[in-house]
Amino acid sequence: MDRVKDLASKKAAVIFTKSSCCMCHSIKALFYELGASPEIHEVDHDADLEWALQRLGCNPALPAVFIGGKYVGSARDIISLHVDESLKQKLIDARAIWF
Amino acid sequence: MPSFVTQIPPISSSNGTEGNTSQSSRVLNFGAPEQSLEFRAGVYNSTSLTNQAAHSDLQFGIYEKMLQGQNRSNQVSNSGGNREAWLDSNMANGSPHTDTSNEMDADDRIQNYDMDPSDPFIASGSGDRHREKFPEQKTLRRLAQNREAARKSRLRKKAYVQQLENSRLKLTQLEQEVQRARKQGVVISNSGDQSQPNGGNGSLAFVAEYSRWLEEQSKHITELRTAVTAHKSDGELRSLVETAASHFNDIFRLKRTAAKADVFHIIYGMWTSPAERCFMWIGGFRSSELLKLLVSHLEPLTEQQLASIDHLQQTSLQAEEALSQGMDALQQSLAETLASDAPVVPAGSSGMANYMGQMAMAMGKLGSLENFLRQADHLREKTLQQMHTILTTRQSARALLAINDYFSRLRALSTLWLARPQE
Repeated sequence: MDRVKDLASKKAAVIFTKSSCCMCHSIKALFYELGASPEIHEVDHDADLEWALQRLGCNPALPAVFIGGKYVGSARDIISLHVDESLKQKLIDARAIWF
Repeated sequence: MPSFVTQIPPISSSNGTEGNTSQSSRVLNFGAPEQSLEFRAGVYNSTSLTNQAAHSDLQFGIYEKMLQGQNRSNQVSNSGGNREAWLDSNMANGSPHTDTSNEMDADDRIQNYDMDPSDPFIASGSGDRHREKFPEQKTLRRLAQNREAARKSRLRKKAYVQQLENSRLKLTQLEQEVQRARKQGVVISNSGDQSQPNGGNGSLAFVAEYSRWLEEQSKHITELRTAVTAHKSDGELRSLVETAASHFNDIFRLKRTAAKADVFHIIYGMWTSPAERCFMWIGGFRSSELLKLLVSHLEPLTEQQLASIDHLQQTSLQAEEALSQGMDALQQSLAETLASDAPVVPAGSSGMANYMGQMAMAMGKLGSLENFLRQADHLREKTLQQMHTILTTRQSARALLAINDYFSRLRALSTLWLARPQE
């Protein structure tokens, strides 16, 4: 749990992914399109981390997106926030992007 | 030299096209093409033509046609004697060649060249015989061809109608059989285009639900359309818009359930009409495309609205791109898994283990298809929802109508296409 919080607060945008998860690939692509450079943590070989994410209430566990140290959501939430412009605003607020 | 030619030397033509209102002849020579071209050019510019000012346009037309004829067969050399004689006789008769004479003579030229253009005597000879019976022969031939064509057309129509009747009978028979079989519990798909949904009852249920959804949607849309054309107030419109919009979103819920049973059936649009399937993206429409189509139906839009819609389109496109990339990655990953070193025909226990492992991995990857479909539908739903927040009530109503009309037309197109007569 702490490890998650710890990693999540190191950078403005942090995404926990798995290499075999293609939806994670999509969310990463979206962030790159927006000009953000999120920190990517792959949990393929880190069952503890994955479990910790689940304990935090991340459902589904992956991809888990943190902006400004706070959990924002998974793929579905990201899409919702993207469409109503909130995602961009959050990224700007956290200084992950500037415009 | 024919007497009616003016002081310019005769130039004979192989077709004698110029027999119309002008009484003077333009007899043109097809031998020595370059010379005659120049000559004709000279003729055209000569002052003698100014007398024919009234007919100059007509003559120019003739001139052009003769040039074309010239180009088609430079092999036909001058056998002017016969032609001049013919022209003489026609001119003397004062036969009124109408405008169609040019056209007929074009046919005539073709006829000649079909015979044996390399042999001038044959060409000209048969041409002469033709022209003697001109125009009756040609008209008769044409009439006969028309009759023949009409007869053939009638026969074809008869055959087609017969085929239709037979198909209709067969169709009723088949329908009865299907009814009987269904009663006995056999699962039969009625998607109508030879698709085989292998989710069994799941897909069948969805196809039925989709038909019902279409009918209900149609009712909502009709109510909405009546209200819009009757210029109802915004208040009255609002509730209709909300009903129609929320019903529209029902389809996403239905798809989600059906995808659990058979994701391939949904994601590859086996439940839609062929034309809709053509433009499909991850199991449905592209909202960025739909927005593009709608803008013209929503006018007048304020500057602010226009900018917002444009921005929404960009946003949707970004998300679509991201999802597409994920799908590509999935496909690639699946291909790599299946193409890896494990032998297709597992040999021995380790071979089998490899194979099973490979399949298990592939199965896991396929499982994520459902997630992609879900996110794609979510994007569609959210985009439309966002759109409604930008628009006024009336504009929202028009948007819903436009969307409905667009898909109706795609479905109608599919029906027409499937019913087209094939030979």
